Amino acid sequence: MFANFLNQIYKVDDIFFLIVGISVVILAFITIAMIFFLIKFNRKKNPVAKDIEGNLLLEIIWIVVPTILVIIMFYYGWAGFRAMRNPPEDAMPVKVTARMWSWSFTYENGLKSNELNVPLNKPVKLIITSEDVLHSLFIPVFRVKEDAVPGMETYLWFLPDSLGKYDLFCTEYCGTGHHAMISKVNVMSPEEFYQWYEKKGEAEDIKAKDALILMEENGCLGCHTTDGAVEVGPSFKGLFGHVTVVITNGKERVVTVDEEYLKKSMLEPDADVVKGFDAIMPSQKDVLTDDEIQTIIDYIKDLND
Amino acid sequence: MENSELNFYNTDGRYKGIFSWILSTDHKRIGLLYLTAMFSFFLVAVTLGLLMRLELIAPGETIMTAPVYNAVFTVHGVIMIFLFIIPGIPAGLGNFFLPLQIGAQDVAFPRINLMSWWFYMSGAMVILISLFTGGGAPDTGWTFYVPYSLKTGTNVTLAVFGVFLLGISSTMTGINFVTTIHRLRAPGMKWFRMPLFSWALYATGWVQILATPVLGLTLLLLILERLFNIGLFDPSRGGDPLLFEHLFWIYSHPAVYIMILPAMGVVSEIIPVFARRTIFGYKMIAFSSIAIAFVGYLVWGHHMFTSGMSDISRIVFSFLTFIVAVPSGIKVFNWVSSMYKGSIDLKSPLLFTVAFIFLFSIGGITGLVNGALATNIHVHGTYFIVAHFHYTMFGGTAFAFFAALHYWFPKMFGRMYRERLAKTACIFLFIGFNVLYFPMFILGWEGMPRRYYDYLPEFQSLQVISTIGSWILVAGIVIMFYNLIRSVFRGEKAGNNPWGGSTLEWTTSSPPPAENFEEVPVVTGGPYRFR
Repeated sequence: MFANFLNQIYKVDDIFFLIVGISVVILAFITIAMIFFLIKFNRKKNPVAKDIEGNLLLEIIWIVVPTILVIIMFYYGWAGFRAMRNPPEDAMPVKVTARMWSWSFTYENGLKSNELNVPLNKPVKLIITSEDVLHSLFIPVFRVKEDAVPGMETYLWFLPDSLGKYDLFCTEYCGTGHHAMISKVNVMSPEEFYQWYEKKGEAEDIKAKDALILMEENGCLGCHTTDGAVEVGPSFKGLFGHVTVVITNGKERVVTVDEEYLKKSMLEPDADVVKGFDAIMPSQKDVLTDDEIQTIIDYIKDLND
Repeated sequence: MENSELNFYNTDGRYKGIFSWILSTDHKRIGLLYLTAMFSFFLVAVTLGLLMRLELIAPGETIMTAPVYNAVFTVHGVIMIFLFIIPGIPAGLGNFFLPLQIGAQDVAFPRINLMSWWFYMSGAMVILISLFTGGGAPDTGWTFYVPYSLKTGTNVTLAVFGVFLLGISSTMTGINFVTTIHRLRAPGMKWFRMPLFSWALYATGWVQILATPVLGLTLLLLILERLFNIGLFDPSRGGDPLLFEHLFWIYSHPAVYIMILPAMGVVSEIIPVFARRTIFGYKMIAFSSIAIAFVGYLVWGHHMFTSGMSDISRIVFSFLTFIVAVPSGIKVFNWVSSMYKGSIDLKSPLLFTVAFIFLFSIGGITGLVNGALATNIHVHGTYFIVAHFHYTMFGGTAFAFFAALHYWFPKMFGRMYRERLAKTACIFLFIGFNVLYFPMFILGWEGMPRRYYDYLPEFQSLQVISTIGSWILVAGIVIMFYNLIRSVFRGEKAGNNPWGGSTLEWTTSSPPPAENFEEVPVVTGGPYRFR
């Protein structure tokens, strides 16, 4: 269709090498001139210096020429950027929710996943937001990046033009697990993709998800373990029935962990914060359904046995 | 240090012992107080940097856990930026040499000058206390971005208050220097007879005055938001995180010019002296300092090209960013031309300066990659940025700082360091620096994000090279400080003007007397006249 929007990857690389190319020439010029002068006008060889106050023509040249060069660089940077900001009409929209420290991708049919699955050669538009703090979605191989800002939607688009699994990183520092906020972009053949897209979507509507998958997909396991190890948040193991000290409105109080407490902790995590931990968990309101919350509570209960 | 003649070391003034220093209003003593404190903090932050590099020598946990690493890179950044490189050349060497260069007895407000130092030390102490109290060392990165900085349980409030105090110190120093330059120039020292280091401090002073209060207010708002949840920045309370980014960078981008302009001033001093000739394009260099200070005020948005800011703002900020590259380029061309037909003596200050020009040029031109929108999107938030700002701030400002220390050392202490050792240190620093930071450009282009405690195995070989570079670099730092500190006490007597410098500070004795000059100097011509 539009030959010029299809590969912003090459476009970004071309602009990069254009700028680096010009820069290397300038750097080489400066460095060689400097070394040459240091040798040629060494005090031993050249005991008497000559005062040169300036040279109007030269100075005009090195104001005008660099100005033209940087305006050229600006122009190409802008032109490449314009292509990046104008997704084609037929781009497949995928909603992205970032949170500490995982990604969630929601497709048009309501299907959710932790890794971004896309069909080959179909432009993809990611509509990005965050549940908690700033994050940034970065796919190096497609040369795209945009911040995930809570309370706001940002976007980017790219054309997945070769099959394979590619890294997807968070590049806006977001706390302890920032370095682990990594996912994958799986570029699949259209057949493979639609098989996954349609079949999995169907299956999920019918039966409730396994608790572990649910917790993985919603990022719970980024902070809470199921084996008793304390990471960013308390472990789920042995949690149910446990007597713990929480801070409510700045005051300490003692609670026993029961179903009601667990549910409240998911929906209003800032209300009672367990002593010794930071109030950084995002609310799961409108993220988890009542059934899903119950599934997770049942799982936590079972971990005590 | 004890010369038989009277100098500012053996003229105590009103107080004795330690109080003759920490309550002194003599700009030279205050300059040395700053230098001592700054380089102590610098060594702490270097140590933290070394530990970070060691952690990154292999994927996974090597010597520290993720929360510790996050605190370490934050504290490394906060110390390097706010305690070392921003006050850096102006507060340390500027204090010592600005009055000497313009033929004044002191700065315009000597007591405010002392108070600035006390604010600096208070801010530093508050930051140090914040590391060991409350929730522990802040883990937000030196940028304190919301909402994370609102949510984290670490001691952000206290650390930010420390930075606020440092801001007061910096603003007052700016006011002091600008006033000094306006009011206290020696008879005959017209504006265009002023040394270029003084010009650079003048431009810097204005940036300090106009930009720093914005940071102060922003940090106060952040503290209020943390304490009282007022809802300015926190989106869950109707606030706007982008507002914080804007306010933060409205100061913090001009701040990079607070860091680099004095360094450029130093370079403009050193080259003519060691080339024995006048500087090429004096006025152009002076005006470009002012141009950089002015345009540099309007480019902060280039830190936010992926932030969600509107596309039109991104385009405007990109354009202005390219424009600010021009005056920096002019300076580099003028410096190189100032070597043409000179009679060059490649002493250690000039060697550091040549290293500066090379490293700063790399920092500058990689800035063009960051400034172009399309390429910025890819390299933003990666190691490419880390490499870029270390090339400008460390390869640039810090190398110029070292050059200046070697250049003015004999004036400050009346003694000389070992020249060969100084050159050896410079070569170690130069090689170590490039081995440490150059691989980061490649890592960044390949997609390695910054502020990562852990990384994918494919990035390891370059990470290892970088870590090895950090050891070479530190060897250079150790040699340099050994040489300088030893020479303060045991160096040979240097004489008043060992380099044959032509600016006013070289006309007085070394170390200078308390009043700077026996009699008020009268200036009859430009600053760089060697015949």
